[in-house]
Amino acid sequence: MAGVTQTLPSPGALLPAAIEDDFVAERHQTWRKFSRHRLALSGAVVLLLLIVGAAFAPWLTHFDPSAIDTHWSGTPLAPGQFGHILGTDEIGRDLYTRLLFGARISLTLAISAVVIEIIIGTLIGAIAGFYGGRIDGALMRLTDTFLSIPLLPLLLVITGIVAASSSKAALNFVSIVLIIAALSWMNVARLVRGAFLSLREKEFCEAARAIGSNDTRIVLRHLLPNAVAPIVVQATLDVGNVILLESALSYLGFGIQPPTASWGSMLANAQENISIAPWAAIYPGLCIFITVLAVNYMGDGLRDALDPNVH
Amino acid sequence: MLTYTIRRILQAIPLLILISVILFAILHQMPGGPLAPYMQNPHITAADIARLKHNFGLDRPVWVQYVSWLGKYVTGDWGWSTMNSTPVTEAIMERLPATLELMGVSFTVSVLLGLVLGIVAAVKPYSPIDYFVTTFAFFGFSMPVFWFALMLQMIFSVGGIHFQAFGYAFDFNLPSAGATSTEGGDFIDRVRHLILPVTTLALIQLATWSRFTRASMQEVLHTEYMRTAAAKGLPFMRILLKHGLKNALMPVVTITALALPGLFGGAIITETIFAWPGMGRLFITALQQQDFSLLMAFLVVSAFLVVLFNLLADLTYGWLDPRVKYD
Repeated sequence: MAGVTQTLPSPGALLPAAIEDDFVAERHQTWRKFSRHRLALSGAVVLLLLIVGAAFAPWLTHFDPSAIDTHWSGTPLAPGQFGHILGTDEIGRDLYTRLLFGARISLTLAISAVVIEIIIGTLIGAIAGFYGGRIDGALMRLTDTFLSIPLLPLLLVITGIVAASSSKAALNFVSIVLIIAALSWMNVARLVRGAFLSLREKEFCEAARAIGSNDTRIVLRHLLPNAVAPIVVQATLDVGNVILLESALSYLGFGIQPPTASWGSMLANAQENISIAPWAAIYPGLCIFITVLAVNYMGDGLRDALDPNVH
Repeated sequence: MLTYTIRRILQAIPLLILISVILFAILHQMPGGPLAPYMQNPHITAADIARLKHNFGLDRPVWVQYVSWLGKYVTGDWGWSTMNSTPVTEAIMERLPATLELMGVSFTVSVLLGLVLGIVAAVKPYSPIDYFVTTFAFFGFSMPVFWFALMLQMIFSVGGIHFQAFGYAFDFNLPSAGATSTEGGDFIDRVRHLILPVTTLALIQLATWSRFTRASMQEVLHTEYMRTAAAKGLPFMRILLKHGLKNALMPVVTITALALPGLFGGAIITETIFAWPGMGRLFITALQQQDFSLLMAFLVVSAFLVVLFNLLADLTYGWLDPRVKYD
């Protein structure tokens, strides 16, 4: 880890102190604080490796994720047999390959859901916080309503209805991303609203208004950049939460449907076969656990690095 | 305080109505609505469905159906559970004890352990136990519950632990499904069935309680009144427990109150894995069987409890902490 910090030139070497821009200085300070948080840095490295692994999945294995090994004859192949590093699942598909391809689904699904969730939440929070009054009251009432309904049961009911209305195949990547995003924007909305309520009273906001900036410009150029830090932290932690949520949905049969591999769906049949193929139960869950742990440590590091009150 | 309470209760009513409208609208998207189970029955013809629809008043506009549902719901008529062929209230009452047993035990265990760990970690920051608590909390937050449960089953139920000590061979094996054995049901048997699901649930909850207690206790330790107590020469344990814990507990009480509504719904995932005959599993079966009234009742009660305990948490906080003033 020391190597990573050393390759980066110090802010002083990069720019003469006299013209060193405040913004650059702040960014370097943020990076310095983050890199000092060793667990956060390890989390970021683990996550980077996973993303690379997922992106280059076809080149990192010579098996097909849905192909059944010809040596398979009813019992899962043990790790090491016929070139299967981690063995096969209960119907003879290579576990290592499915983990790589599962990473694609689990990671892109979580990141897409969080991006949409941030957009919805920021929009609602920004409108509520900027305009205040009745609009704020109505939007926050809506936020409270969604926060009062327990998330997992509601998610299950909606995915269950989607599956029953057409077929289980309707529960695909896009629909699950949209359902999860539609039900998890509330924390972001509250966060952005809170930040906007205090920011809009600041002098720079008044100054921007005095020189004739319109609402859109004030929100986009003056308020939002000042509220980015808490949103980034929340987004990071939410990626971990969505990975857990998706895996739970898939495990219960209301998420990603077979034969597509996601880490959660790979565990769906693991319980019945746990005595003959324990490896099929161990590795997908381990992947989920390590990924979410990495994300959470990274979020923790980001919180420390971006919060001006923590030194 | 009284006007504040009344105002909060009056605010909760439109919130609850809005929640039930949304839930009603969502559940009505279910193909067949409340008649969904009949739609799949090949012996029921389209004419039968039409007749049933008319008899149950399902051909009326949705908002009329909602109003009639609301009227019945608040008077305690929660409808008919199609999968159990009993009133919904009966189906829920039958499952509630098992859930309360599981959730109650894991809640108590995790709160007590969490308090102790959190206090020790706060008193000795950067000690091994503090690092343990922090790391443990991160592990708990990041753990996929069902996988942790699977691993417990693999270790303690499938294989079992066998070891020799003091000249005896120990055979340690725990049941992985149900609340009791089919033949048994005595106290020891119940406890053995509780161990794995309680461990699963407690791990997740413990992460929250220990971290929260640690943060709250650490804040209190830095206050002036703690220094005053120490300056008076009071013994350490007395300062810690009487002056410190009493104040540190206030936010902890609030957050545990917010967790209480979860006890009703049970743990959907944990109950499913351990085949625990509680509310969580009832919900999953109702979902698979498209039991409209049961799902609606489950969701509305869950949301009602969330709103109620939010209110209670706010009120207890004001009662515990005289510095908080309500207008």
